[in-house]
Amino acid sequence: MNVRESARFAVRGVTANPMRTALTTLGILIGVAAVIVLVAVGNGSSAAVTESLSRLGSNTLTVQASQGGTGGRAGGFGGFPGFGGGGPGGVSSGTQTRTAELTLDDAAAIADATLAPHVLRVAPRVSASSVTATYDGATHTVSSFLGTSPSYLTINDDSVQKGETLTAEDWTSRRRVALVGSSVAEDLVGGDGLDVVGKTVQFNGIAFTVVGVLTDKGSTGPQDEDDRVLAPLTAVQDTLTGYGSLSAISVQAKDADSVETAQAEIEDVLNSRHRVTSATADYSVQNPTSLLSAVTSTSQTFTVLLASVAAISLLVGGIGVMNIMLVTVTERTREIGIRKAIGARRGDIVGQFLLEAVLLSLFGGLMGVLVGLVGSRFEIVGVQPVVSASSVVLAFGVAVGTGLFFGLYPANRAASLRPIEALRYE
Amino acid sequence: MPRPVLDLRGVTKVFGAGDTAVHALAGVDLVVERGEYVAVMGASGSGKSTLMNIVGCLDVPTRGRYLLDGVDTRRLDEGRQALVRNRKIGFVFQSFNLIPRTSAQSNVELPLAYAGVKLAQRRERAAAALARVGLADRGHHLPSELSGGQQQRVAIARAIVTEPVLLLADEPTGALDSRSTAEVLDLFDDVSAGGRTILVITHEEEVAERAHRVIRFRDGRIVSDERRAPRGTHVAVGGAA
Repeated sequence: MNVRESARFAVRGVTANPMRTALTTLGILIGVAAVIVLVAVGNGSSAAVTESLSRLGSNTLTVQASQGGTGGRAGGFGGFPGFGGGGPGGVSSGTQTRTAELTLDDAAAIADATLAPHVLRVAPRVSASSVTATYDGATHTVSSFLGTSPSYLTINDDSVQKGETLTAEDWTSRRRVALVGSSVAEDLVGGDGLDVVGKTVQFNGIAFTVVGVLTDKGSTGPQDEDDRVLAPLTAVQDTLTGYGSLSAISVQAKDADSVETAQAEIEDVLNSRHRVTSATADYSVQNPTSLLSAVTSTSQTFTVLLASVAAISLLVGGIGVMNIMLVTVTERTREIGIRKAIGARRGDIVGQFLLEAVLLSLFGGLMGVLVGLVGSRFEIVGVQPVVSASSVVLAFGVAVGTGLFFGLYPANRAASLRPIEALRYE
Repeated sequence: MPRPVLDLRGVTKVFGAGDTAVHALAGVDLVVERGEYVAVMGASGSGKSTLMNIVGCLDVPTRGRYLLDGVDTRRLDEGRQALVRNRKIGFVFQSFNLIPRTSAQSNVELPLAYAGVKLAQRRERAAAALARVGLADRGHHLPSELSGGQQQRVAIARAIVTEPVLLLADEPTGALDSRSTAEVLDLFDDVSAGGRTILVITHEEEVAERAHRVIRFRDGRIVSDERRAPRGTHVAVGGAA
């Protein structure tokens, strides 16, 4: 007897009891659909994070001061406060910890082509906190007010959608000019906000002339990336922050391949300037690539977790198939006896019942793929799922494999029935 | 001389062991030639069902030798037993034993399917077998849509479709009314007249009357074996009532 024949018997067996077949395939359907949707959600969230991180620029580094040093170091060098213009200021002897400071000289040293040849651009940053913008009666609380150099726009991949950008002359002449993000502009002048160009806006009472509106960055998660103001660092120090330390230094490496080298060079420069070692560093260099890999591995863990939950439901579906096949074999003991009496061989019986089990899981698998693909089109808990072809193939393959695996035992049991006893079975 | 269809020598079947052993068959010698129509009679427990199982290759004897159409059945493995059942024996059971939810035509085709006969040929042969039992127009009916007599005729069609050397019937009329019984017995006469060997196991004299040879069993042994002149085939239905 050929496979087509067995398939015909199997189809007849499966269609004989539609309700039972529907419920059994539902188990497989839910399992397969869950695998596809949950893996898609995992992929979607990891894609969203990766995208927002890649927007930081792939070859940029951020240097930030950190709570650093040891008591020993602070005490040891506390006696030489005047040491070098670029030396860490604010070191107070007697305190065990202190906040190190990054200075403009640090930024200048990093920008030095001989000290750090793999560094392309450097932008020192100061940020002013709780800045309120006022224009013609309208007010807006700016979430990020940054004083920086014009190179920041290049490093951060920013551009101006209307008006002028910041220039080196703005920096040197300490001009009180500003670029605003569209969220700020819209709040202040209404409409699309582009009319704000050329207007004088009060930031915490200090008048800055808005020279341009920044191109929209969109928002990642709850943070509005367009709620920001950029101004020359010199002017911001003159007015809002004073001449303290920098909040951070943005650095762009020559290319994506030299990010690691550039990071090492920066660490060398700062270690010697701050008189620290890598172990006692009072600053940190953030590498978006390393951040990216950390986040990616986290979201991979998340995806694997989701997938295993889904896999368990697929397993439960498979057990359902086995259960129903065992019931079927018991119910049809007599039929098996008849078939054997008229010449069915072991393989014929195994084939028939195995195919029946596979048919159940195949049908459930197909429906599951369909439901999974439809379900993945909707946003789920704020994540747009990204269906991965491999998860579809895997889920479907596992479903059919489950049918085979869980069908094997009942099919073998059917085939091992002795015909005399099977015929006598009521 | 052609080889006999059945050749049993000292066939013994013992169930259980030691003190509780039951000798269902206690040394049976039986030769059935080609074309014979044999009825096996006996009370329940006389060993006739065990004989049926052994003759039908559903069971193997504990001792003794059984040749079916010259083939020694003791040497057959499970797969070959299935093959022998398929090729050499047509079964007719008391409870019809058609596959439920499967049309009469498909039921008759089934042994051919297991024999590996191609679909077109299978259809043709099954239809011919159904026509022979007078159910040419019922091929698409399900067993549940047929009367008992019709179901048994479908079962006979299924048994003869492979043209086996032996038609083995176990109480074929046990579940039928007298009219259906007569129909079935007429069919057996017809099949026998066609030259096929028939072995009927029964406890009804009415059935045994049709056979050419009646073997009586008691306590696992043959107690009588009489040949009688065959009655005319196609006896009137009224004659059997």
